[in-house]
Amino acid sequence: MLPTSPTVSLRAFAVWRRNFLVWKKLAIPSLLGNLADPMIYLFGLGYGLGGLLPQVQGVSYIAFLAGGTVCASTMNAASFEALYSAFSRMHIQRTWESIMNAPVTLEDVMAGELLWAAGKATVSGTAILIVISLLGLVASPLALWALPVIFLTGLAFAALGLIVTALAPSYDFFMYYFTLFITPMVLLCGVFFPPDQLPPLVQAIAAWLPLTHAVALVRPLLFGEIPAGILGHVASLLVVALAAFWIALTLIRRRLLK
Amino acid sequence: MSPLRVSDLRKSYDGREVVAGIGFELRRGECYGLLGPNGAGKTTTLRCCLGLTAPDYGEISLVGEPVPARAREARAKIGVVPQFDNLDPDFTVAENLIVYGRYFGMADAEIRPLIPGLLEFSGLTGKAEASIRTLSGGMKRRLTLARALVNDPVLLLLDEPTTGLDPQARHLIWDRLKRLLAQGKTILLTTHFMDEAERLCQRLAILDDGRMVTEGEPRALIHEHIEPQVVEVYGEDAPGWAAREANAFSQRVEVSGETAFCYVDDAAPLLAHLAAWPNLRTLHRPANVEDVFLKLTGRELRD
Repeated sequence: MLPTSPTVSLRAFAVWRRNFLVWKKLAIPSLLGNLADPMIYLFGLGYGLGGLLPQVQGVSYIAFLAGGTVCASTMNAASFEALYSAFSRMHIQRTWESIMNAPVTLEDVMAGELLWAAGKATVSGTAILIVISLLGLVASPLALWALPVIFLTGLAFAALGLIVTALAPSYDFFMYYFTLFITPMVLLCGVFFPPDQLPPLVQAIAAWLPLTHAVALVRPLLFGEIPAGILGHVASLLVVALAAFWIALTLIRRRLLK
Repeated sequence: MSPLRVSDLRKSYDGREVVAGIGFELRRGECYGLLGPNGAGKTTTLRCCLGLTAPDYGEISLVGEPVPARAREARAKIGVVPQFDNLDPDFTVAENLIVYGRYFGMADAEIRPLIPGLLEFSGLTGKAEASIRTLSGGMKRRLTLARALVNDPVLLLLDEPTTGLDPQARHLIWDRLKRLLAQGKTILLTTHFMDEAERLCQRLAILDDGRMVTEGEPRALIHEHIEPQVVEVYGEDAPGWAAREANAFSQRVEVSGETAFCYVDDAAPLLAHLAAWPNLRTLHRPANVEDVFLKLTGRELRD
């Protein structure tokens, strides 16, 4: 028996605002926390390892690494929010339950969470973009086109994360996702080195992973180049976001509305 | 129009019928209680009424809207106090009310003027800026009640509103619920505290195994199902005494542990007899809803 009224509404924005109000209280430490980890990698590997390397794809290693770092930390920020934070709200604090006693549907809650996690990831990705452009690692204003890509990457990984949250019995479950999915992606999708260094079979697998498409778009934009195959990459990220969100919704309905 | 009408509600999980044909209708302005042991189907019934669980069968009309088809519209006009506290721990008292009001589509400018009244009602005046983590259990419950009133609901659904509270806190909640009834609100309450049901509810229903065992006014239920007087006899010798002597003086006897419950129309002969048994302690009292409940649902534990 399906409700006759629309299941997603503007009330999703009230859910988004709730999360924003919590974040606002801790915005500065949260931003610094989001910046610290990727910056350590960028400087450590970029200067340390980069000093040993000749140019990579025609630029210094740190400039090569910059685009990958933006994408990887966007992915991480979206994943953490959609896993740990959303799970706390769903399971530990029962915040979703209280929201659904008001005229807000589970679909509104999920849409609010998706947009929130994607938005928060966009803030993280953008903060890194700002830092690397201050360091002179960005070639032209074409880099501004990285912003919509960052948001789209955030959407894709937020939606994937919500699937895992819908299935999770406890926080421990998230280790599997990070170990088996997120960490391999960082290594396979061209964050630290060009994917063509990998054996062809691994390259073929990596081509299917969403982070590959994000990096393939962001890195050339930071170099001041128009990426090749824009449409394909954008479509891939979009399909992942929509399909994953649909799966997450189906699973979460089964979990909470039984 | 009835604020809530439920007919022949059924819901199964894994082939087990948790709600097996429950029906009731609330009258405007009354407090109606759903009583039952754990697992009787109370919470599932409430979830169905809110449109959070789709029933397998049956009809629900909540504030005039069919549920679950138009559950969202219905929920706009009701207030819910859930069984477990789910206030937002990251917010202050006032922020909890504002954020909750937004879920009803209210603008902050509409909600802010309501806050002093809601805090006064819940005995939290001066606590607007307090963090939720600093509130006692009773304060949290009262704030949850205040939060449920932010949209000025017609009907309140309360799922075990005083579970886990100390006696002082329970009395304060009862007092507030009575005030709401005096204002003309309708209340649906689930509880397994019989004194709470007897004190607050104009009518109540006893559920067991997903079915409604009985329904009516508390006094009428006692009159209908049970002898008017109860003598509780307790002490080590009580079970032995009950087996040999009690039936001669009582209409009905139940033994639970070291206590014999003697149900009688006239307690005088029994009390006179018991005067000769100094080792047995006695308590003579009028029959109450708990006696009805235990008679109809049995004394064995439900887990």
